[in-house]
Amino acid sequence: MVRLANLLFAGVVCAVISMVIVTVTTSDRRAPSHSERAHPHSGLASATTGVLANPATFPIVIRKPAGPPQIKLAGTDPQGRSASVACATCHSVRPPNFDNQTAQSLDEFHQGLQFNHGQLSCYSCHNPENADELRLADGTAVEYADVMTLCTQCHSKQAESFAHGAHGGMNGFWDLSRGPQTKNNCIDCHDPHAPNYPKMIVDFKPRDRFLDLQRAEHDNHK
Amino acid sequence: MTTINERPEAGNRELPIVENFSRRAAVKGGFATLGAAAFVAAISPLRHAAQNTSAAEFLQKHYTELSDEQKADVIARLEAETKKNYGAEVTIGDDRPIPGTKFVYAINLSVCNGNGKCVEACHKENNHDRATHQSYIRIVEMPKGTLDMEQGSTTYTGVVPKDDKFYLPVQCQQCDEPPCVDVCPVKATWKEEDGIVVVDYNWCIGCRYCEAACPYHARRFNWKKPEVPADQVNPDQSYLSNRIRPVGVVEKCTYCLHRTRRGRLPACLEACPTGARVFGNILDEDSNIRWILDNKRVYILKEELGTKPAFFYYFD
Repeated sequence: MVRLANLLFAGVVCAVISMVIVTVTTSDRRAPSHSERAHPHSGLASATTGVLANPATFPIVIRKPAGPPQIKLAGTDPQGRSASVACATCHSVRPPNFDNQTAQSLDEFHQGLQFNHGQLSCYSCHNPENADELRLADGTAVEYADVMTLCTQCHSKQAESFAHGAHGGMNGFWDLSRGPQTKNNCIDCHDPHAPNYPKMIVDFKPRDRFLDLQRAEHDNHK
Repeated sequence: MTTINERPEAGNRELPIVENFSRRAAVKGGFATLGAAAFVAAISPLRHAAQNTSAAEFLQKHYTELSDEQKADVIARLEAETKKNYGAEVTIGDDRPIPGTKFVYAINLSVCNGNGKCVEACHKENNHDRATHQSYIRIVEMPKGTLDMEQGSTTYTGVVPKDDKFYLPVQCQQCDEPPCVDVCPVKATWKEEDGIVVVDYNWCIGCRYCEAACPYHARRFNWKKPEVPADQVNPDQSYLSNRIRPVGVVEKCTYCLHRTRRGRLPACLEACPTGARVFGNILDEDSNIRWILDNKRVYILKEELGTKPAFFYYFD
């Protein structure tokens, strides 16, 4: 019993000694670390004030179409090459037919075009004088690259939201003092001829316990 | 003579006293043995832990008490461990709040169609376990006309959006009164100056009180070691954010602080094909988020609980 007590006492003494050693070493380490910690913080503060001095150095870039669309030709030449032509290739030699309100009345080209955009007709937006340009309601010609000007005529609410980041996707930086931001164009998401956002299929689902299949069936039967 | 001789010998030779254990001693010995066994059993988790964790990891202090050089040591160790366990070269940053920012999120429920690209982006960005498809975002398919999440379903599949439904993405709301922080018994989770509620994964004991306390089901528990193939590990990591979590700790959305504290947009926002998500600094008067709060019909989830979320939903 005496031996056991001695062993226990020795164990307690060892534990106390090791605790003392650990506290002493860590407090040794902590003492310089406090003074060091103060420096990087002050450095950080001065760095941010430097950034604030010249805010908004990076632009918000709105994606734009490269130019007027090109029609891809169906066939290939004897060398197997395909080609695409500008709208004006055909439309510059064909007079505009204002009777065509929808794709249904077309008998040669653009047949089967899916059109679902209110009461608009082709020349509400396309320029009859220059097929490689668009046209505003007041007759002003607009480049294809500036198509958003055309959309904004009717969709001013969406344009306002877009200007404030509340409509349309974006990429890059929220903090323009650190990097640029890229915003989508209207036609990145909306097909101008059928602007309803397309349906999508869900393909990624977390498999956690809330998504247990049996439980889901149970919920549905209730 | 012999009898005479023998007698004194017999008289001198005392009978040996056999030191039988008294009952007291036996009971003492028994309890001492039991006590020793109990002590060994009690410290056996430590011995197992010692096999799995280095002394440095075991002795590591709380994140807020680490000095800069200690942080550097910890991060170097974590990077080496990731290299060893996952075969991936990663850089783990220590991103601190940007002074003068408070991060706020908003989602346009008129636009969200529940396609789940944000869920997938979160899964990849934050190095979640691949087998469970873990993600910080859960999208609830809700019947129109209510915000009662009990009526929603998270198991919907197929073509979205359905005509009679709207879609409610739910993730950590970065509450100003976070119930999850209040219940943590070891202060392993706290709210930082820019509003993000973070977890020190090396301090968390995995009790899951916070998971139970969160009214938005926003916290996740690592039931097993996350499995991520080396080529899919996102190498751009941060200590309080998307570094690969150890088994047995709780984790949560951090508004991608390894991106947002470097000025970039969160991964779920960049992945959203509908543009429903808006992120920004509410302290900046010219920010997108301030315009939305001023001009749109804005809702918060479970307002009656008083959690004061930094996460808004709006319709337009």
